[in-house]
Amino acid sequence: MKQLIQRNLIKIGPLIGLIIITIILGLLSDNFFTLNNILNLLRQVSVNALIAFGMTFVILTAGIDLSVGSLLALGSALTAGLLSSGVDPMLSMLIGLLIGLALGAVNGLIITKGKVAPFIATLATMTIFRGATLVYTGGKPITGLSDSVSFQMIGKGYVFGVPFPAVIMMIAFVILFFVLRNTVFGRQVYAVGGNEEASILSGIKTDRVKVWVYALTGMLSVLAGIIITSRLNSAQPTAGTMYELDAIAAVVIGGTSLAGGRGRIAGTLVGALIIGVIDNGLNLLNVSSFYQQIVKGGVILLAVLMDRRSE
Amino acid sequence: MHSTPIVEMKQIDKSFAGNKVLKNVDFEVRSGEVHALMGENGAGKSTLIKVLTGIHPRDHGVIKVDGAEVDFTNPKQAEEMGISVIHQELNIIPYLTVAQNMFLGKELVYGKTGILHKKEMHQRTKESLKELGVTTIHPNDIAGDLSVGKQQMVEIARALSTKARLIVMDEPTAALTDREIYNLFRVVTELKKQGVSIIYISHRMEEIFHLCDRITILRDGQFVGCENIADTSFEAIVKMMVGRELGERFPERTHAVGDVIFEVENLKRDGLFQDVSFNVKEGEILGIAGLMGAGRSEVMEAIFGFQKKDGGTVKLLGKELHIKHPRDAVRAGIGFITEDRKAKGLVLGASIRENIALTNLRAVSKNGFISDAKEKNLVMDLIQKLQVRTTGKEQQVKSLSGGNQQKVVIAKWLGIHPRVLILDEPTRGVDVGAKKEIYTIMNELTQSGVAIMMISSELPEVLGVSDRIMVMHEGKVTGFLNRDEADQEKIMTAATGGNKHEAADPAQPH
Repeated sequence: MKQLIQRNLIKIGPLIGLIIITIILGLLSDNFFTLNNILNLLRQVSVNALIAFGMTFVILTAGIDLSVGSLLALGSALTAGLLSSGVDPMLSMLIGLLIGLALGAVNGLIITKGKVAPFIATLATMTIFRGATLVYTGGKPITGLSDSVSFQMIGKGYVFGVPFPAVIMMIAFVILFFVLRNTVFGRQVYAVGGNEEASILSGIKTDRVKVWVYALTGMLSVLAGIIITSRLNSAQPTAGTMYELDAIAAVVIGGTSLAGGRGRIAGTLVGALIIGVIDNGLNLLNVSSFYQQIVKGGVILLAVLMDRRSE
Repeated sequence: MHSTPIVEMKQIDKSFAGNKVLKNVDFEVRSGEVHALMGENGAGKSTLIKVLTGIHPRDHGVIKVDGAEVDFTNPKQAEEMGISVIHQELNIIPYLTVAQNMFLGKELVYGKTGILHKKEMHQRTKESLKELGVTTIHPNDIAGDLSVGKQQMVEIARALSTKARLIVMDEPTAALTDREIYNLFRVVTELKKQGVSIIYISHRMEEIFHLCDRITILRDGQFVGCENIADTSFEAIVKMMVGRELGERFPERTHAVGDVIFEVENLKRDGLFQDVSFNVKEGEILGIAGLMGAGRSEVMEAIFGFQKKDGGTVKLLGKELHIKHPRDAVRAGIGFITEDRKAKGLVLGASIRENIALTNLRAVSKNGFISDAKEKNLVMDLIQKLQVRTTGKEQQVKSLSGGNQQKVVIAKWLGIHPRVLILDEPTRGVDVGAKKEIYTIMNELTQSGVAIMMISSELPEVLGVSDRIMVMHEGKVTGFLNRDEADQEKIMTAATGGNKHEAADPAQPH
């Protein structure tokens, strides 16, 4: 019984943290609990959350993907290039997502077939993807994109008053939550991270699982990139710089173990919200962005320390 | 015979979170004796040792060393009083040399400078090893390159260098080859002569009868008895351990075996094994004996698609199988209960349910979606069938005893309804009661027609369970023996390549 309570406390620990932080910021700032601000916050969170969802899968397999930010920029730039040269917007975005999928799979193949540690492999591709983006864009933003409703909607639209990016985030969350919880693939993701050898010996093609996990992350990163591109109506060659760190932070705050095999995507959503709420709230309070970084780092540390204690 | 107790523990109580794990335990070790400590997994052996060495404080009771009451609060203090523990997982840093490991934490320096006195440490290491009669280990060897047996020797030497008078050995032979075991026994006998006492924890009855003077048995955290080895018997000890008659150690095999269903021909892997050919019949248990390093596990892993092979064919029911990945083997109906269940058999942090489902994901899902109901049914069925002692299907396998962990591994393979089942050291680290249960399960499986291959390094087990025995030596099959003609000597002769005088068989009771 005691164990049961303890286990459930761990599960909702991050959520309690989120609620406490939200209440504090709400008390400190009059503008925090306005509908406008909440919706704004959800939109801000969606980009990081989408990347972090993918990162959750990667980390569950005991991997890491540092290339997400660069991949976001490269995917955005290529999509923007297609748009500005008049390709159908839906088709452009679809191609962009597929490029993300393919480049993510390349990460996975380097890691599995090349037997390179995920940290090193994605550190290398992070640099390569960023370089490729700079080459493709010539270091300048790509502007003059499509005026089509479908493209503009992605970053700026609303559904029943909810920002479209937040809607995308929630749909992605529901699908991925289900995938992890109720599919064979999801079970394999946990198993690979929990004990790779035992998984292979149980007849699981672990390499295939890993390649798909990185491919999924690549695609979600480009999806996040398209949201930014649509919102700014331009693709920036430096977009997504350091985004990998916020994504990893969201996963870790959400209670997923960097050692793999243990964690939940719901935790990641909460983790992303915590980071978003802190950023947003401290902005409203006019706290300097220098201090914001200290607070954010402190929260990450606190989350991990609490996770350790519950072990 | 010495009779002064070096250690006395009286009326020891210890609870963890309200759970009494030691109840009024008495334990005494005389100087110069080898004292076996036995009990099923979870009986409290490890806890008792941890209380003795001060890792866990006791709740109640008295501990005396040389007749004087002591109160250790950490293992270092125990070490200073001459009590050292050699754990199952050795305390060796693999990247350091033997000498560096020997003096870890107590390095010799020039005066108070902090500059290492390497020459002296080198010399003393050499001497300590020589005292043990070990000449094949050099102080400059990298510890990680040594075999487990040699690493253990380094640990023993290290214990002696701290003037240990009582050495606790926790399952010391679990990972040793037969020759290394032989060597260990020689060293233990030598230590005894020098007046050093040994607490010997093991599940291997043969070793205890061979090596020990007295035995103390624990059950459910309680002291059951202390006997002179000379005055007791295998059956008596088992009865004390499990609290009931276990009956025959190996269940009787009565049913007839059928036709050949599994064939392996000319399997080879360069540098590891060659020309391996054998078959297994329906309902047969083929025991696979051999010394460690004979290539037995490698052959099985190659059959299963976990290691690559350089040639040879594998046939099931006359049809050739092309196994390139364990998945192909699983789909063909082959199960593999691996030797190292923690590293290769289980996802330790996951639940019983998740572990059992791992090999059965296809059976409990449709179009890639897992059916919770199907999964639950499968898992509950198997838990019940194998009588896994657990608080429920969501219990982490990490927290199960060795025997119950092994049952979970077996359960995950029973789920696929295998035609062929490979078991690699299926009872290693498993207590007597659970051992018998595992043999019974194997028996029942063969009754339903499953062909079983069992690798085992315990000769009594090979002899007691198998219908037929295949012996390997240095990557080659050196003999087949039928159940009725096999004995330990014949197996060891084949296992050592036919040179009978080389056959070191420490497990043979005398």
